Formats: sequence, C-alpha cells, structure tokens
Amino acid sequence: MSETTVVAAQAVARKRGSGRQTVRFVLGRIGGLLATLFVASLVVFGALYAAPGNPLSFLTQGRSMTPEAIAVLEAQYHLDDPVWLQYLRWLGGALTGDFGTSIIYNQPVSQVLAARAPASALLIMMAAIIVLLAGLAVGAYAGLKPGLLSRSMMAGATAVMAVPTFVAAVVLILVFAVQLGWFPVFGAGTPGLDAVHHTTLPAIALALASVAFVGRLSQAAIRQELSADHVQTAISRGLPRRFIVQRHVIRNAAMPVLTVAGLTIAGLIAASVVIEQVFQLGGLGQLLVSSVQQKDFPVVQAICLVYVAAFIVLNTVIDLAYALLDPRIGLGRRTS
Amino acid sequence: MTALLNVNGLTVKLPVMGELRTVLRDVDLELEAGKTLGLVGESGSGKSMTVRTIARLLPDGADVKGHVRFDGAEVFDLRGEALRRYRAGDVSMVFQDARAHTNPVRRMGDFLTEALCTNDRMPRRAAEAKAIQLLADVGISDPERRLRQYPHELSGGLLQRVMIAASVAVRPRLILADEPTTALDVTTQAEVMSILARMQAEYGMAVLFITHDLELAGAVCDDTIVLYAGQVVERQRSTQLHRDPLHPYTAALVQARPEIGHRARRLPAIPGHPTTAYEAPGGCAFAPRCRFAQDACRRAVPSLLQIGEQGSTRCIRMPDLHGRLLATTGAGDEASDHQRADAAEEATR
Ligand SMILES: Nc1ncnc2c1ncn2[C@@H]1O[C@H](COP(=O)(O)OP(=O)(O)O)[C@@H](O)[C@H]1O
Ligand SMILES: [Mg+2]
Repeated sequence: MSETTVVAAQAVARKRGSGRQTVRFVLGRIGGLLATLFVASLVVFGALYAAPGNPLSFLTQGRSMTPEAIAVLEAQYHLDDPVWLQYLRWLGGALTGDFGTSIIYNQPVSQVLAARAPASALLIMMAAIIVLLAGLAVGAYAGLKPGLLSRSMMAGATAVMAVPTFVAAVVLILVFAVQLGWFPVFGAGTPGLDAVHHTTLPAIALALASVAFVGRLSQAAIRQELSADHVQTAISRGLPRRFIVQRHVIRNAAMPVLTVAGLTIAGLIAASVVIEQVFQLGGLGQLLVSSVQQKDFPVVQAICLVYVAAFIVLNTVIDLAYALLDPRIGLGRRTS
Repeated sequence: MTALLNVNGLTVKLPVMGELRTVLRDVDLELEAGKTLGLVGESGSGKSMTVRTIARLLPDGADVKGHVRFDGAEVFDLRGEALRRYRAGDVSMVFQDARAHTNPVRRMGDFLTEALCTNDRMPRRAAEAKAIQLLADVGISDPERRLRQYPHELSGGLLQRVMIAASVAVRPRLILADEPTTALDVTTQAEVMSILARMQAEYGMAVLFITHDLELAGAVCDDTIVLYAGQVVERQRSTQLHRDPLHPYTAALVQARPEIGHRARRLPAIPGHPTTAYEAPGGCAFAPRCRFAQDACRRAVPSLLQIGEQGSTRCIRMPDLHGRLLATTGAGDEASDHQRADAAEEATR
C-alpha cells in the first residue's frame, strides 16, 4: 500500500501546483513571444536600413534640389537622426499603431495598411479553412479506408506538394478562370460575397500544397494511431468501430496533426505575398512588393512587422492550445 | 461436458515482409468454466499470439488453420455484431503493458466505463458508481479521484489493477491475462495476482494465465501448458509441473529458475538460443538444446504423447526418461546421463 500513498501524495502535490504552474507556463510563453517580437523588429528595421537605395534619392526623384529643400525632407522623415534614434522612434510609434508616413502615398502608414489588410486576411482565412477541411478530410479518408483510392490520393498529394505555389496559381487561372470562366482572373472584387468569389481561386492556389501536406500528415497519424496498443484494447472490448475511431483514433491523432496544421497555416502568410501578386488582390502582400520596388521604407517595415507578428502570435497560440489540451503535458487539468 | 474454451490444431502464420511465418503450430488446449489454465514459455514462444487468436485480435493478413471454440461455437465464424458481442461479453483481455494499452489522453473514468456505457447501455452515473465499486474492490484508495486522472498519473501497479477492474467489470466468462504482472515489482506482483484470484473466485470466471514464471503458474493455475517454438510441448497439473516435468524443456526451465534457499553448485541456464516456430528445425524443435536428444528426435516432429493420467508431452523419449529429468544438474552427470539414456535405448531395442 505504501506505493499507493506515494502516488497519491505526488498527485496531490501536482494538483496543488497545477494552477500556479499553468500561469507560470502561460506567462513564460508570452514573455518568449515579446522577446521574439523585439528581435524581429530589430531585424526588420535593420535589414531595411542596410538595404541598398536611399529613400531620399527616391523622394527627390533624381531632381536636383536645394540643400534647404533636402533638409526639410530629411527633417520630415527624420532621415538625419542617428540609427538608434530612428529605430526607437519607429518602435515607439509602432507600439501605438503609428508607423509613420508613407513616402509614396503621403498618408499615415497605418491608414494605407488598414485599407489593404482585409483582402489579405480574407485570403489567408479562406486558405486556412480549405487546408483544415480538405486536408483533414483527405487524411481521415485515406487513413481509415486503406485501398487503391487512398493510395492514389496519397500519391497525388506527394505530387501536389512538389508543385510551386506560383505554378499552381497559373494552372488554376488557366483552367478555372480562362477556360471554364468560373472565377475572375484577377482583382479582389467588392466587399462581401463578391470578395469571397474573387478570393476563392487564390485561396485554393495558396492552400493546395498545404492541403496535400496536412492530408499526408493526418493519414500517417491515423494509421499510426489505428495500430496503437490502446486501440487494441478498445477493439478487444467489442466497442463499435465508429466509437473507436471517434474516441480513440481521431481524438489522439488530432492533437499532433492540428499543431502541425496550425504551423502550416502560419506559413501561408509568406506564400500569400506571391499569390496576391499573381491574382492582383490589392492586399498587404501586393503592397509589400510595390513598396519594396518604390523604396517606401515605412510601409515595407510596417508590413514586415505585421507579418512577422502575425506568424509569431499564431505560433504561440498553437503552442499554448496544445499544452492546455494534452493532459500529458500536465497543465490546464480541469479537475477540481 | 464440453469445455468453455476448446482450441484444436491451431496453426497461425503471420505476414512478415511479404511471406507468411509460422508462429503457432498445431496448438491444442482446453479450459473449463471457472478454471485457470497456465500458459508458460520463453518469450517468442507464441503465448501472446495464442490469446490474441482466441480474442480474434490477430494482425491483418494472418493465416489461421484449426479451431477455436468458445462454449461450442466456432470463434472464427463470428462476424460483425456476433464478434462484437463475443469480445464485449465473453472474453476479456488483461494486457501485459497496461500503460501502452490505455489511451493516454482519456481519463481512467472513461477507460472503466466506456464498455459499460457503450455495449451494455448503462447510464453514465450507474457505470461510474460501478467503476468506483470495482476500484475499491481491487484495493485502490480514493476511487472517485482516480476516475478523473489520466494514465500517466498512475503507477504501473495501479494501472494494471485498473486494467483488471475494467476487465472484470463486464463479467466475462473468460479472462485472457497476458503476463499481467511481468512488468511489475515483486510486491505489486503478488498483490495484483491475489486480486485477480479473488475476482475469479467471486465471479466464477475462467482464466487463461500467461506467464514465463513456472512457480507462479504452479501457484495459481489448475493445469499448465508449456509452449516451445509455437508448439505445446507439455501439459499437466500445475502442482506437478516443477516436481515431475514431462518434457526436457520444462525440466530445463525448472532448473534454470533461481530458487530461494537452494544453493545450486552453478546456476544452470538453458544452453543454446530459444527457437521461434518459424526457424524451428525438422523433428523436435527443442532437440538442438536438449541434453537427451538422439537421432530419432531429429527425424520427425513428435506428436503429443499421453503419459498415463498425469498429462501429455511432445517428447518421444519420455517413456524412458520419466522421473529422471530433474535427477541430474551437474555438468559431470550430464555425460553419464547421456550414456545411461543411450543404454536404456539399446536395451529397449
Ligand atoms: N505482428 C507480428 N507479425 C509477425 N510476427 C509476429 C508478430 N507479433 C509477434 N510475432 C512473432 O510471433 C512469435 C510469437 O510471438 P508472441 O506470441 O508475442 O510470443 P510471446 O508472447 O510468447 O513472447 C514471435 O516469434 C514473434 O516474433
Ligand atoms: Mg507476449
């Protein structure tokens, strides 16, 4: 019986510590998030500062200007301050949502961004939904119903994963927009259903490789779970197959799959720049490309920071969700 | 009266890298309601495969010949709903590795009640009350709290007790216990065994008990079967097994066992390597390791030989050797034993 008492004591100790432990864990992750964001802001700012090309020469557009006029411009855009001061000013502004003034549009950067963000958000959200629905459906089917169809699906997924996003986009445009005429070739449409219609093809192009990846991944996870010893136990108890699949196979396979799927979706942010460009969606990605070309530094910095922040925040949220959902990590137990 | 479980001429082949490998050969066994049958043998001898065949848990692509009859019905004819009912109500497994065999992300309460709620349509509250009762029965303190815990929060011994509680919860007629105590330390082992024995007596269940511990088999089983390379090599009453073995392999196991209070001149280990059914040579599978082996042993696979009322053996030399298997342990005696055996063989010609 001594063993029972030891285990009981350990369990009690663990449960007592559990609440505090969870808080410490969450705070730790948020601290990590802030540190990463800080480093990212340094990199974003530094990279653009070191990049070739001088915003001043772009502002003057090659015209010769009087030193007084140049001084006015420099003062307006704070180009004559030391680097660290420029960084601190930029960071301080960014924290309050003020990213400075766009050199090209002569408008606050935040306004420029706010006008473009919805198109990007819609694209990434639709792609994420497609990745989750289609990827998990393909994986679940192939995992649970082995056979010729499943094998073909997995072979197809392997092939699709090798197709670059850009090529997928062009092929989709040729087939579904040009030949079949089901979708517009480019443009973001007007807000509402029209925007969804315009964004469908881009979202599919963006999601395609990830659908294949998540499909393969969830198929493998389900196959592995199906042959797990604890599933043998469930089978040996004569439980209905549907019950076993839902409670033991899918439930257990879901956690690792959703984590990786989440990271994949976070990765869509980078790929969305290409897609926006191809489909001329007029979102942040397209703005990023044109701003880089036009040396609109404040805009480039802001978009990079927004993208990096979105990626890091998404990562942290997935991390936290996984830790809170998996009882083995020993956090977030809801036992009283 | 027909036995509760009747296995007859069971031969099982499993697919390994595109070919079928034999894991069980012509296995016969019989178990009556309420009795305990021991199944002993070295690891790889096919003990787990035997019970998995009985529970219809063989891997895909397994090739099975022979019969498994439960209560007169052919187990391999069971399909769909009938198979589910057989697994749900008639036989129940206790697995060796309780940790691997419980879902790590579900609570013990779910583990204990899922079969009751799903198969027997018991209301959740009633099932939980029953689970609490069962946990108390197997000596687990604070059962209410245990129901809310996850497998990783329980020790191996506790988890195995929960496993046993879950198995008896559905009141099966046969428990298939696959080395339920091998992974546990000695004290916990004894506790778990006594719980299993008590549950069996209380509910009148038959138990097919796998172990590689001859002494344990002798203590808890009515009859014991010894498996070697996928074959039954001996069967007799458990109490006799270590006093008067009927097969040289069993005798070797008895001698290999370190006995407390018995100072052996040297610790006898069985020479040679265990053979799997797949690699077994023609003739007697144990012959390469047997100190009594003769040419005749290697010629043909021996069939089971009845030794009076005592039991049966797959050793063709048993009529000569009976009673002398444990007589010699030292290396020096071995040669003389061989000579004596040979002399006996000469005499019978
Ligand atoms: N899934 C499998 N596929 C093929 N061979 C297997 C499989 N599982 C076990 N075996 C083989 O079957 C034989 C018997 O295994 P098992 O019944 O587990 O032995 P035991 O329980 O007596 O240790 C071994 O030789 C083992 O290698
Ligand atoms: Mg085994």
